[in-house]
Amino acid sequence: MSVDVTQVLLSAQSADGATRKLAEESLKQFQEQNLPGFLFSLSSELANEEKPEESRRLAGLILKNALDSKEQNRKSELFQRWLALDANVKAQIKAFLLQTLSSPVATARSTSSQVIAKVAGIEIPQKQWPELIGSLLSNIHQVQPNVKQATLETLGYLCEEVSPEAVDQDQVNKILTAVVQGMNASEGNSDVRLAATRALYNALGFAQVNFSNDMERDYIMRVVCEATQSPEVKIRQAAFECLVAISSTYYDKLATYMQDIFNITAKAVRGDEESVALQAIEFWSSICDEEIDILDEYSSEFTADSDVPCYYFIKQALPALVPMLLETLLKQEEDQDLDEGAWNLAMAGGTCLGLVARTVGDDIVPLVMPFVEENITKPDWRHREAATYAFGSILEGPSADKLAPLVNVALNFMLSALVKDPSNHVKDTTAWTLGRIFEFLHGSALETAPIITSENCQQILTVLLQSMKDVPNVAEKACGALYFLAQGYVDAGSASPLAPFFQDIVQSLLFVTHREDAGESRLRTAAYETLNEVVRCSVEETGPIVMQLVPVIMMELHQTLEAGKLSTDEREKRSELQGLLCGCLQVIIQKLGGMESTKYSFLQYADQMMELFLRVFACRNATVHEEAMLAIGALAYAAGPNFSKYMAQFYQYLEMGLQNFEEYQVCAITVGVVGDLCRALEDKILPFCDGIMTQLLKDLSSNQLHRSVKPPIFSCFGDIALAIGENFEKYLIYAMPMLQSAADLSAHAASADDELLDYTNQLRNGILEAYSGILQGFKSSPKTQLLMPYAPHILHFLDALYNGKDMDDTVMKTAIGVLGDLADTLGVHAGPLISQSISSKKFLEECLASDDPLIKESADWARIAISRAVSG
Amino acid sequence: MGERGIVDCVIGPGPLIRYCDCSPLSLSAMAPPHRPYKRPAISDQQRRRDLALQAQSSRRADAQARARSLANSLLSPPSSAETAESDSERDHEPTATDVATAASKLRGSDARRWFARHIMLPEWMADAPPHLASDWHVFARPAGKRCLVVSCNGMTISRVRNGSILHRFPSALPNGSKRDISGPASSYSILDCIFHEPDETYYIIDMICWRGYSLYDCTAEFRFFWVNSKLMETTASDPPSTYHRYRFSVVPIYECTLEGLEAAYSGSTPYMKDGLLFYNKHVHYQAGITPLALVWKDEACSQYIIDTDSKGQVPSEQHVVLELQEDGKLATSDDPPVVFGSLDNEFIQKTNLRPGNLLRFAFRDERVKLVDGKMEISELQFVGRPNRARAFADSHSKALFQYAARHAPLRIEDLVASIQSNHMEVKSTDVEMQG
Repeated sequence: MSVDVTQVLLSAQSADGATRKLAEESLKQFQEQNLPGFLFSLSSELANEEKPEESRRLAGLILKNALDSKEQNRKSELFQRWLALDANVKAQIKAFLLQTLSSPVATARSTSSQVIAKVAGIEIPQKQWPELIGSLLSNIHQVQPNVKQATLETLGYLCEEVSPEAVDQDQVNKILTAVVQGMNASEGNSDVRLAATRALYNALGFAQVNFSNDMERDYIMRVVCEATQSPEVKIRQAAFECLVAISSTYYDKLATYMQDIFNITAKAVRGDEESVALQAIEFWSSICDEEIDILDEYSSEFTADSDVPCYYFIKQALPALVPMLLETLLKQEEDQDLDEGAWNLAMAGGTCLGLVARTVGDDIVPLVMPFVEENITKPDWRHREAATYAFGSILEGPSADKLAPLVNVALNFMLSALVKDPSNHVKDTTAWTLGRIFEFLHGSALETAPIITSENCQQILTVLLQSMKDVPNVAEKACGALYFLAQGYVDAGSASPLAPFFQDIVQSLLFVTHREDAGESRLRTAAYETLNEVVRCSVEETGPIVMQLVPVIMMELHQTLEAGKLSTDEREKRSELQGLLCGCLQVIIQKLGGMESTKYSFLQYADQMMELFLRVFACRNATVHEEAMLAIGALAYAAGPNFSKYMAQFYQYLEMGLQNFEEYQVCAITVGVVGDLCRALEDKILPFCDGIMTQLLKDLSSNQLHRSVKPPIFSCFGDIALAIGENFEKYLIYAMPMLQSAADLSAHAASADDELLDYTNQLRNGILEAYSGILQGFKSSPKTQLLMPYAPHILHFLDALYNGKDMDDTVMKTAIGVLGDLADTLGVHAGPLISQSISSKKFLEECLASDDPLIKESADWARIAISRAVSG
Repeated sequence: MGERGIVDCVIGPGPLIRYCDCSPLSLSAMAPPHRPYKRPAISDQQRRRDLALQAQSSRRADAQARARSLANSLLSPPSSAETAESDSERDHEPTATDVATAASKLRGSDARRWFARHIMLPEWMADAPPHLASDWHVFARPAGKRCLVVSCNGMTISRVRNGSILHRFPSALPNGSKRDISGPASSYSILDCIFHEPDETYYIIDMICWRGYSLYDCTAEFRFFWVNSKLMETTASDPPSTYHRYRFSVVPIYECTLEGLEAAYSGSTPYMKDGLLFYNKHVHYQAGITPLALVWKDEACSQYIIDTDSKGQVPSEQHVVLELQEDGKLATSDDPPVVFGSLDNEFIQKTNLRPGNLLRFAFRDERVKLVDGKMEISELQFVGRPNRARAFADSHSKALFQYAARHAPLRIEDLVASIQSNHMEVKSTDVEMQG
C-alpha cells in the first residue's frame, strides 16, 4: 500500500475544495479495496505520537464512523462487517487504541476513548474482548493523571455504548468502584475528577443493583453530593447533572436524601453560577416529571396503581421550594424574549413552577398568590413580569374551582396591562398568560361558570386584535391566545360569540401575515396557525367568509411561485411560507368540503388549487411536499370521483412521495393520500395501481424506510383492494406472501417493551386491514376462489393473535372483523376451516362479550357472517 | 467510610436478575436541557398531520363498514327467512349498525335496495285479528312520509322508504348535531318516523336504536315505552332552533281496548291522521312486511282511503302495482310474492321490459275471486309504469284492502265488535280456569 495516509488525511481537511475532494476520493478507494488494511492504517495513525494532531484526530473519526451509524440498517451492516474482520487485524487495532489512551496529546486520547467505546459496543454483547474492562481498570492505578482521565472517559463512553445487561455484575462493580473513587474529593486532579463525574452520569444505568444496596447507594450519593460542592464549576455542574439523572432513574430510592438535596440545590440556585443553578432547578423539574407520571398512572382507569409509589417529595418540599422558585423569576435577562435560544434562571424557575403546579394542584395557589399580588403593580418591570409569569405558570394543575375566582379578578387587569404596560416583557408574558387562561379555563368541557362570556368576549377580542399589531414577540403571543380562545368555542355552534367578529379576526390575522417583521419571533407561523384554528372552529354561518379566503390564500401561494432567482436563505423562507399556505388551504378544504352548504361552490376552485399544488411540488422541500400532499388528500376526498381528472399530472408526484425514504414523513403522508384517493376515485384509480403497488411493494422491502411507515402501507393494500375489487387479482401473488411473512413475524414478536409492542400492534392492524380490504374487495366476484388458498393462513394468524394475548383493542376489533370478512367472502367453502379455528369460538365469544362497542359491533357482524358460512 | 470500604462495599455480590431500563445517555446531551418555554408543546403542523391521519383511518373504517353492510344486504336470503327456523332467522336480521351505516353511507340504488329490505312494513288489515284488546297497541298514523331517521357523528339524516334522503339536518337527538356530541360520536340512534309536512314535525312511530343500543330484539311494548322515556331525556321535542331544525314528537299510543281504539280513532291529534296502525305488543322490529303490524283506514280517519291515479282521481277500476319476475310472472312485494298474473314474452320484448320493473295494472272488480282469503285476478290490464320514485310493488294485503274498500270495507264497528267478542272470550277463559 503506497498511500501516504497522513498526507491524505491532512488533505482531506484542506481549505481547498479540489484537494479535499481528491483526498476523500482516495480514502474511499482505499476503504473499498482493502478494508482491513484501511482500518489498521487509521488506528496506527491515531496511535503514532510522531504524526500531527490533525491527521490523528481525523483517523480516529473515520475509524469511529466505520463502526457506527445513526441509521439502523447501516449500523447493523457495520457491526457485521467489523465482526467478520480477521481476528489478528482486530487485535492489532484494539492494541493501538488502548495504547493511545496514554498519549500526551489530549485530542488523540479523547478520540481513541470514543473509538474504544464503539468497538466495545459491538464486541461486548458478543462476549468478545473480555479483557477490555480489566485492562482499562488496571490503567486506573497508573500515576499519570492524563491516563487516568482518558480511562475514566473511556469507561463513561463505554457505559453509553454498551447496554447494562451485556456486562457482568462483577465488572459493573469494578467500573463503579473506579468511577466513584475518581470522583472522590481525595482525588487531587480536577480533570480526573471531572472525567469521573461525567463517567458516572453514563454509568448510572449500570448501578441498579448497587442502588438497591443501602450502603453502596449511601456512598454513591455522598460522593455525588460532595462533588456538587467542588471548587471547580464544571465538576459542580456535572455532579448536579448526575443528581438529575438519579432523580429519574432512582426516584424511589431518594427519600432519605431529599432534605440534603434540597439544601444543596437551594444553595446552588441562590448563589452558584448560572450553569450550575440551572441544573439544580432541573433536579426539581425532573422530580415533578416523575411524580406527574406516577400520579397519572394512579388516576388512569386501567390500573389505578403504579409500579413505583409516589413519595410526594414536591408536596413536602412545597413551602420551601415555591419561595425559592419565585425568587428566580426576578432574575430575568433584558430581551430574553427576543432570543430564541435563551434559557436562564428565570425561565427555568418559571417552567419548574408550572410543573410543581401540575404536580400538587390546588396547594400551590396560596403560596404563589401573595407574590403575585405584591409584585404585579410595582414600578420595576421585573416585578410585574415575574408576578405575571408566576400567575400564568400555575394555571395548569389547580382545579378550575380554585382558579376561576382569581382569574375572574385578574382578567381585566391582564387585558389592560396587555395594552398599557410600558414594558414589552410584561406584555409578552401577559399575552402568554391570557393564552393559558383560554387554554385551561375556557371551553365547553369545564363545569364551572364560564369565565369568558359573550359580554367580555368582545373586549378580549378587541385587546387581542390590537395586541397583534404590537412588537413581534407580543403579537405572536396574542395570536397564541386567540388560538386557544377560538379552540374553546369549537362546540359552541352559532352561539359562538366569535361568529359576529369572524371577518375582523380573519382580516387581522391576514394583516399580521403581511407585516414586514412577521419573520421575527415566529410571528407569521403563529398567525397562520391561529387562522387555521379559527377556521377549524368556525360555524356554518361564516362559511361564506371562509370561502372568500380561498382566492386570497391561493394568490399568496401563487406569488411565492412567481419569485425569481433566490438565495439559499430566501429559498428557505419561501419554502416555509409555502408550507404554511398549503397547511392553511388544507384546513380550508376540510372545512368547506365538509359542509353541504359550501362544498359545491368551493369545488369550483379545485382546478386552480390543484394547479398550484402541482407547481409547489416542483420546488423541492420536504415540509412543503408533506403539507401539499396533505392538502391534496383533503381535496381528493372533497372532490370524490371528479378528482380523476388531475391524476395524470399528479401521479408523478405521488410516486415521488412514495419513493421518499429519507424524509419518511412525506412517504407516510403520501401512503395516506393513496388511501384518500382510493376512497375518492374508487375503480377510477385502477390505471395507476400498477405503479402504486410496485412502489408500495418496494417500500415494504426496503431496509432504509422508517419502520413506522410500514403498517400504513399494509392498510393501503386494503384501501386499493376495496377500491378496485377483483382487479386486485394480479397483485395477489406479490402482496399475499408479504402479508403472510409480516403476519408470522408480528404474531410471534415477543414484545417485552411497550414501544415495540405498540409497533407490533400497529403492524398487526395494518396487516388485518389489508386482509379485510382484499376479502371485501373480492366479495361477490366470480374470482373469490382465488383467495381460498390464503384462508388457512389468515385463520392461523387470527388464532395466533388470540393465543398471544397481547393485542390491543384496535387489533382485536380489526381481527374479528377479518374473521367475518373471510366468512362473508368465501362463504360455505371456508365453513369447515372456520369451524375448526379457535377464533370462531373462544375469540368470537370474547369479542361478543366485550365492553368496547366497536369490538362488539365487529363481532356481531362476524357472528352473522359465520353462521351463514357454516350453515350454508 | 474510607477508601478500602468503598471497594469492599461496591464490589459486594449482587442479585443475578437486574433491571435494564436505562438507555445509554449521551455525553453530548449533557448541555443544560431546554424545556419548552412559553410555547404550546404541539405544533399546528403536527396537529394537521394527526387530524389527517385520524380522518383517513375513520374513512377507512367507513369504507369497510359500507362494504360489509352492502355485502350483508346482498346476502340476505330472498325467501328463506320465513321458512327458516327461528334461530337462523335471527341471524339474518339486520343489526342496528347496518341501518346506521346504510343511512349515512349508501348511495342511489344501493340505498334503495337496502331500505326496501330493512324497514318494518305493516300489512293492510283485511280482517280484525283476535285478542286485539290484550295483545295489540293502536295509534293514529300521522299523514306524511314514512322515513328512518339516523343521528350520529353530529348529523341527522332521514331517508324515505325508497332510500332517498329526505333531510340532512342538525337535531337534538343524541349526536344529532355538532353541538351535542356526547359519548362516542359514532354511537347512533335510529328512529322510525313519519314526517308530517304541515307542522314540519317528525312523529316517532318506532325506535330501532338509541345511543348505540339496539332495540331490534325488543318487543313493541318495550320500544314504545322507550320512545317516550328516552325522548324526554333530550330536547328533541322542543321547537326548532339552529341546532335543531325539526321538532320530534311522540304519537299517543293506546292499548287496543274499546277506550283506546276510540281515543285513537276519534281523539284529536296535532297532526292530520292517515288511518290507524295496530302493533302486536310482542313483535320485534323486523324487516319487511309483517302481519304483526297492521294498517287500517276508513274515510273518517284518512283522506287517502282509496288509491288515486297520477291526477289524484279515484279510478273507476282498481289499480295494482306489480313487479315483473324473471319468468314473466307479475307478483306483489310480499315475501314470498303472490302472483297475480303473467306477461307473455312477446309483450315483454315489444315493450322493452326487464325483470324487476314495476308495472301498474288495472282490473275490473268482477275479475276478482277470493279463495281462502287470497285474491285471484283473472284479467289484468297494463296501464303503464308507476311513478319513478316508487321502489316496491303493492303487497297482497294492500290490494285486498283496496278491493274491500271498494266493496265491503272493514268498518270501525267491525273492530269494536271484534274487541267486544275478544273481551268475552277472555272472560269465559277466566271462568274455565276457576272451574
